[in-house]
Amino acid sequence: MVSRRFFIFSGIAAAGGLAIGYALMPLTTLGRARKIAGKDGATMVTAWVRIGTDNSVTVIVPHSEMGQGVHTSLPMMLAEELDADWSLVRMEQAPADKAFANAALAQGFLRGDKTIPSVLAGTADFSFRKIAEVINLQVTGGSTSVRFTGVEGMRRTGAAARAMLIKAAATSWGVPEAEVIAKQSKLSHASGKTATYGEMAAIAASFDAPADVPLKAKKDYTIVGKPIARFDIPPKVDGTAVYGLDLRLPNLSFAVVAASPVFGGTLKSVDAAPAKAMRGVKQVVKLADAVAVVADNTWRAKEALLALKPVWDDGPNATISSQSIFAAMDAALDAGKFKTDHSTGDADAVLKGAKKIIEATYCVPYLAHATMETVNCTAHFENDKLTVWGGFQDGLGARAAAAKFAGISIDDVSLHHTAMGGGFGRRGSTLNYLKHAIGVARQVQGPVQVVFTREEDMTQDNYRHASVSRMKAALDEKGKVTAWLHQFTEKFDPPEATMVNYDFANQASRYVKGLNPIPWGPWRSVDHTQMGFFIETFVDELAYAAGQDPFAFRRAHLGGAPRHKAVLELAAAMAGWETKPAQGRARGIAIRDAFGTIVAQVAEVSLNADGRVRVHQVWSAVDPGEVINPATFVAQIQGGAIYGLTAALYGEITIDKGRVVQRNFPDYEMVRMADAPQHEVRFIESGARTGGAGEPGTAPIAAAVGNALFALTGKRIRELPFKNFDLNTGNRRS
Amino acid sequence: MVSMTVNGASHAVDVEEGMPLLWVLRDVLNLTGTKYGCGVAACGACTVLVDGVATRSCVFPAASAAGKTITTIEGLKTGGTLHRVQQAWVDAQAPQCGYCQSGQIMAAVALLTEKPKPTDAEIDAAMTNICRCGSYAQIRTAIHAAAKA
Repeated sequence: MVSRRFFIFSGIAAAGGLAIGYALMPLTTLGRARKIAGKDGATMVTAWVRIGTDNSVTVIVPHSEMGQGVHTSLPMMLAEELDADWSLVRMEQAPADKAFANAALAQGFLRGDKTIPSVLAGTADFSFRKIAEVINLQVTGGSTSVRFTGVEGMRRTGAAARAMLIKAAATSWGVPEAEVIAKQSKLSHASGKTATYGEMAAIAASFDAPADVPLKAKKDYTIVGKPIARFDIPPKVDGTAVYGLDLRLPNLSFAVVAASPVFGGTLKSVDAAPAKAMRGVKQVVKLADAVAVVADNTWRAKEALLALKPVWDDGPNATISSQSIFAAMDAALDAGKFKTDHSTGDADAVLKGAKKIIEATYCVPYLAHATMETVNCTAHFENDKLTVWGGFQDGLGARAAAAKFAGISIDDVSLHHTAMGGGFGRRGSTLNYLKHAIGVARQVQGPVQVVFTREEDMTQDNYRHASVSRMKAALDEKGKVTAWLHQFTEKFDPPEATMVNYDFANQASRYVKGLNPIPWGPWRSVDHTQMGFFIETFVDELAYAAGQDPFAFRRAHLGGAPRHKAVLELAAAMAGWETKPAQGRARGIAIRDAFGTIVAQVAEVSLNADGRVRVHQVWSAVDPGEVINPATFVAQIQGGAIYGLTAALYGEITIDKGRVVQRNFPDYEMVRMADAPQHEVRFIESGARTGGAGEPGTAPIAAAVGNALFALTGKRIRELPFKNFDLNTGNRRS
Repeated sequence: MVSMTVNGASHAVDVEEGMPLLWVLRDVLNLTGTKYGCGVAACGACTVLVDGVATRSCVFPAASAAGKTITTIEGLKTGGTLHRVQQAWVDAQAPQCGYCQSGQIMAAVALLTEKPKPTDAEIDAAMTNICRCGSYAQIRTAIHAAAKA
């Protein structure tokens, strides 16, 4: 009998062999979910593994691959505990079905695990009340895949399967289980008996999955911690990977869509005739807030769309601009109707009596995701059933959203994952492309691929919000921070992004909300993107105000945070902080604790003649607790830093007359090869709870670069992007 | 009708003269390995070789491809064997999301044809394609490795 506390189950796989997985069904009712929530420490296995009679091991992964490597790192975690021969391990992405919901997340959620980012609230209410909706959650985001599914699910599933295989061999051979050795997908006994996992799989499947199986000690790992080649790479070098835009189906039409350029606007009218007269155009589709041209290929649809002159009702947002938004933020900060973020001691009182007070205001603009593959979705209505294909960070959530958009039951929606040309939050919770695709498909015979051009993608995104922070701190005569006051606009996620790990006495953090009139979405590292810049730049200012070295000042305030201190010291050592950089160069340092991983970065910069920064080298020291696949992790830290560096140097979405001004890469520039610094990454595996990989590298980079610029020029730039300033003079470019 | 040779095969396609080669490849010939990224030759995701020269196909009209020899990512393998640049990409584990990598690989093939042992500065100058995932370090490693292969 399966223990009530555990929901591992087993059975015969369709093609023979062992299938082991988890049952989420008890979570489908609220009452049952509450019962589960009451059992602290209960374990739900969140992944399936199939062991074939051919001895192959197929790990079914309920997360999306965006290049962050989870389609490999999660199987690694399972295979490690299974003691599988890695060469026999395969990967399959789980279907968008509630049987493959992120049960580990749900589990953590039900336990009240505060480390689950609320940004995952794509389709679930992560105020954590609508538990029923958690079953429609299959999110890849918040750097959670390894942290939750891996740690809570993959490891336990692998260990349970291993125990069942051992029991099968022991029973067949008439020997004690303790004498059976499981290694490299083979079972053996001192008597000379051997069998493959595949040979024992069917017998193993007749047993119930054990509830409590000990996990391996790290010292016994043979797969985890090794640089393992990713499963998803071979089809990405020969053109065979099928991204959403690459899907080709019989009778497929192509639609290019244009939504109201003003956020919240609607379509009044459009004369379809100019488009219909063009070659290959099949129809013009009107939606409430958009118009689309359907044609026999993408380019003809795109060209015909340009021939249309849709008339829009701009709605209430036609007058908003970046200036008006920032003015409203300043006014709200002046008005001072704050919500408390966190507070210790009495920062206000200490500031009142303090002799040395430092103040600064920082701001950042909106940012678009600009995934390399523009958002798109292929949809097909047939007999009131809907099929959608595309790249989704939350397949099950997207399926639920599709049902909602189409006004049909989720059971009548099938969703097929394609490869995803970048996610970064764009393909998570804000699914305007899915909505458009369904709206168009409703009016089209046969399947239709609904495409956003780059211009549409950039102007109809869900944006990292613009924000302003006002910082104030008091220093005593020894250079210790005695009060820290942070007042800022907007707060999304994760909640701890505004925390400092320094032992500052008397901290107050407060914010005003409701100042963001355009669509918001999670953007790689979410609130850490701006908070990393604000907090770590201000800490740098405090160091200089205290007359101390920025590294020494930080270290002196990390007495209560040994992991952070060790990471900071490693970054400084890697960079040779104590040595003088070459003539014309300077270094800056910053540290962040994001998604369970601590990253300290040192950046070394110089300026060219026209006052633009060149980042030559970055050194990152990283403590993620443990490293699953070091090759992937290094690439994630480096890539995360590039993403943050693009924002620091170039990233700026501005609003004028309710519209996004920037339309394509020429006016939303990216870091390219020539801009990309050398970047050395080293890890400290402290053994602390496993942290994320995809986002932490983004968080500190803007501050590290800005702090280096100050060290070089003595000019403090308090807003991003740096391209807006002549960095030699610190003056804003006109 | 526009006639061109793509990956060794002759094609005559009935398209408008101004239709960019990118869309001829993707939507007419179903060679979807070449990607759309910006449509304005700014990102390089659509890079193919036209008579051996790295070309941003999203702004290259079909008419200009007439009589030309086009090589796309699908045409790099010989038999079932990866081109040395593709192999170097696998060895360096360069792709992340992978979407830009067809264009990156085609640009690197062209670079290595012109400069068999490129310096870092030459790589910086030639490799102007955008990778939003930030895989530049791995791409650089792969190019140097392919140069030695």
